[in-house]
Amino acid sequence: MTTAHAGSVDGTLPHEPEKATLEGRNKVLAFWLFLGGEAVLFGTLFATFLALRNQTNEGPSANELFHLPLVAAATFLLLASSLTSVFAIQAMHRGNATRLRNWLLITVVLGLSFLILEIYEFSVYIRHEEFGMTTSAFSSAFYTLVGFHGAHVAFGILWISVLIGQLMYKGLTVVTAPKIYVSAMYWHFIDVVWVFIFTVVYLLGKVG
Amino acid sequence: MDWITTVDHKKIAILYLWAGGIFFGIGGLEAILIRIQLIKPMNTFLDAQTFNELITMHGTTMIFLGVMPVIFALMNAVIPLQIGARDVAFPFLNALGFWTFLFGGILLNLSWVMGGAPDAGWTAYTPLSSTSYSATHGVDFYTIGLQIAGLGTLIGGINFLATIITMRAPGMSFMRMPMFAWATFITSAIILFAFPAITVGLVLLTFDRILEAKFFDVAGGGNPVLWQHIFWIFGHPEVYILILPAFGVISEVIPTFSRKRLFGYSSMVFATILIAFLGFMVWAHHMFTTGLGPVANALFSVSTMLIAIPTGIKIFNWLFTMWGGQVRFTTPNLFAAGFIPTFTMGGVTGVMLASAPADFQFHDTYFVVAHFHYVIVGGLVLGLFAGLHYWWPKMFGRMLSERLGKWTFWTFIIGFHLTFFVQHFLGLMGMQRRVFTYLPNQQFDTLNLVSTVGAMLMGVGMIIFLANIFLTSRRPLDAADDPWEDGRTLEWTIPSPPPEYNFKQTPLVRGLDAFWKEKMAGHKGMTPSEPVGPIHMPSATILPFLMSVGIFIAGLGFMFSRDEFGSDIMSFLFNNYIVTALGLLITFGSMLLRSLIDDHGWHIEPEELEGR
Repeated sequence: MTTAHAGSVDGTLPHEPEKATLEGRNKVLAFWLFLGGEAVLFGTLFATFLALRNQTNEGPSANELFHLPLVAAATFLLLASSLTSVFAIQAMHRGNATRLRNWLLITVVLGLSFLILEIYEFSVYIRHEEFGMTTSAFSSAFYTLVGFHGAHVAFGILWISVLIGQLMYKGLTVVTAPKIYVSAMYWHFIDVVWVFIFTVVYLLGKVG
Repeated sequence: MDWITTVDHKKIAILYLWAGGIFFGIGGLEAILIRIQLIKPMNTFLDAQTFNELITMHGTTMIFLGVMPVIFALMNAVIPLQIGARDVAFPFLNALGFWTFLFGGILLNLSWVMGGAPDAGWTAYTPLSSTSYSATHGVDFYTIGLQIAGLGTLIGGINFLATIITMRAPGMSFMRMPMFAWATFITSAIILFAFPAITVGLVLLTFDRILEAKFFDVAGGGNPVLWQHIFWIFGHPEVYILILPAFGVISEVIPTFSRKRLFGYSSMVFATILIAFLGFMVWAHHMFTTGLGPVANALFSVSTMLIAIPTGIKIFNWLFTMWGGQVRFTTPNLFAAGFIPTFTMGGVTGVMLASAPADFQFHDTYFVVAHFHYVIVGGLVLGLFAGLHYWWPKMFGRMLSERLGKWTFWTFIIGFHLTFFVQHFLGLMGMQRRVFTYLPNQQFDTLNLVSTVGAMLMGVGMIIFLANIFLTSRRPLDAADDPWEDGRTLEWTIPSPPPEYNFKQTPLVRGLDAFWKEKMAGHKGMTPSEPVGPIHMPSATILPFLMSVGIFIAGLGFMFSRDEFGSDIMSFLFNNYIVTALGLLITFGSMLLRSLIDDHGWHIEPEELEGR
């Protein structure tokens, strides 16, 4: 605690500013733990989806609904955003706040485009396929799993946007660096979850 | 105001204790009402609906709002002190965890005055908990109230994990850590991996009830057994979330009052880890009668029985600790000694229930009720009493009266065995649980009377405990730093109650039972590991409270979002999710403020430290 501002005494940042203080190290550790809990959360949602994925109740089935090119485009956008968040952290480690901000902005834009595609996808299902939350156990499980992920993306976008604001207002310090670092961890996590969703929900829905 | 904004772990501990104590009282009153209804056959004291609400709320309140907060109170009061830390890793989150628990609990209990309490049993089995069988808002209060309270528990769990991993005093390796700290560490790990499952379960049930989703609705393709799997994959580890801290307390109290180190310390550590691991493997033993088939039943049966091995290791280690020790039967040690046989009896009936064929007979009878009350009341509550009497002087600076403490113990434990021992036989004779009355002349009459009298006696024990707190709180502070004189761990090296910074200088730990080791070496206190310097403290803040208020409002708003109200304005506000959005706005706004306003905290300077 006493070393809270040690890194910025002479105006230069340590190589890994997110781990320069006890508070920062605590934050990173606790965020790993939190992601462990999140893994259980999504694991339970996946289990629910797998148990109910064929219970269509005479509504549309996965095979009839899913349009893979659209989902593939969304996947590409989200995976790209994971890469740009890596570039952001690399810029942070080099102490370049401007590049850091720019890469974060690109990450947010990519995430936002993913979200828009997802909202479009849902609206097509609801309007044209009569596939809503109440249609079947399959539809409930689908919207809950994919929607939970979407809500995570939306939260991530808000969070990183606030951090960009904070970065511009306060600069890159040993206080802001851990926050940016854990938000990048979060962003990778929702990316990994999406890889599972793409496989278990969409690919398995098309062929399984 | 000081209490609403505090981020000090010792004050949060006291908040947890009072809030948990009040909910414990509510749950206890519910229990007494249940027992009064069952005092004689065909009793008309309560109607069936009220009875269902009472048993549901009794179970839910006791587990989530009664004993869990008291466990968290002990953890908060003791853990930073035991590991030589100045606070937990995230004081702000600590406060947030408390306030979300409290507002979740308040929301749940508002159901009594807002159109009906939950009535589907504390397990909320579907389809009983669906809107077709439970049409009031009761189960909505259950799902949303528990969701909010569970958030607080999860936050607390992560906080303790980080605290114990990173903030131990120099020299305190994991294998030099006190057993209560170990128990807290493992319990927090279970919380981390079990609570997200119930989070999802409650979301699914909420969606089924409010958004008409079809997860558990057979007509829509859903599956009610899915609820049981999700509920118990959380619910069984929850049993160990409750009992491991009690094990931790007993492992502190018995060595202290035996003047011996804990027998088999490392086997205790590994038994704790093993119990936690196996706790996740056995959830379906709650579901033997749902028709999983013989293979699944056999596997879950065997894995359940395996838990008896590490638990047995613990029981024998406690006995061997006392063996040959200079045992003093102070109130905490009386409770600890009473814990051992009582909990063992609960464990033995557990092995009986783990046998799948036998479980077909015992299932949903009072035998099960007797079993889990032996584990949770005879285990956990006795453990909590031991812990509260043991650490009370450290928390409040006052000794509780030993005379009243012993009265508490004897009335409570005699009342307890009267209440629940006979229920084993009621169950074996075929009395069903969850049923609001029974017919005369089935040989149930006398035993039920005995059981009710026992419950009253437990109530008397509780009243004596409260009287003890009240009477001693009027006396001046009298507790020494090491009031039991045989303290072994770091919390006994600092004043009672501790100053807000806990340790003026972080101590240097040179072995297991750090304080005892120094005493045996002839030293008066711990060797410091750092010079006296300024201590950095976090600032008090209202934000955790506001965030919780926001979640509370959002929860209420979502719950009534489909209702028709008398007035147009109300309907407009609720049906368009405006109330929900408002609540979330308060929460996210507070988060934004937290992020934007720098909290540099403040320092206590060395001159000030020396002056005290």
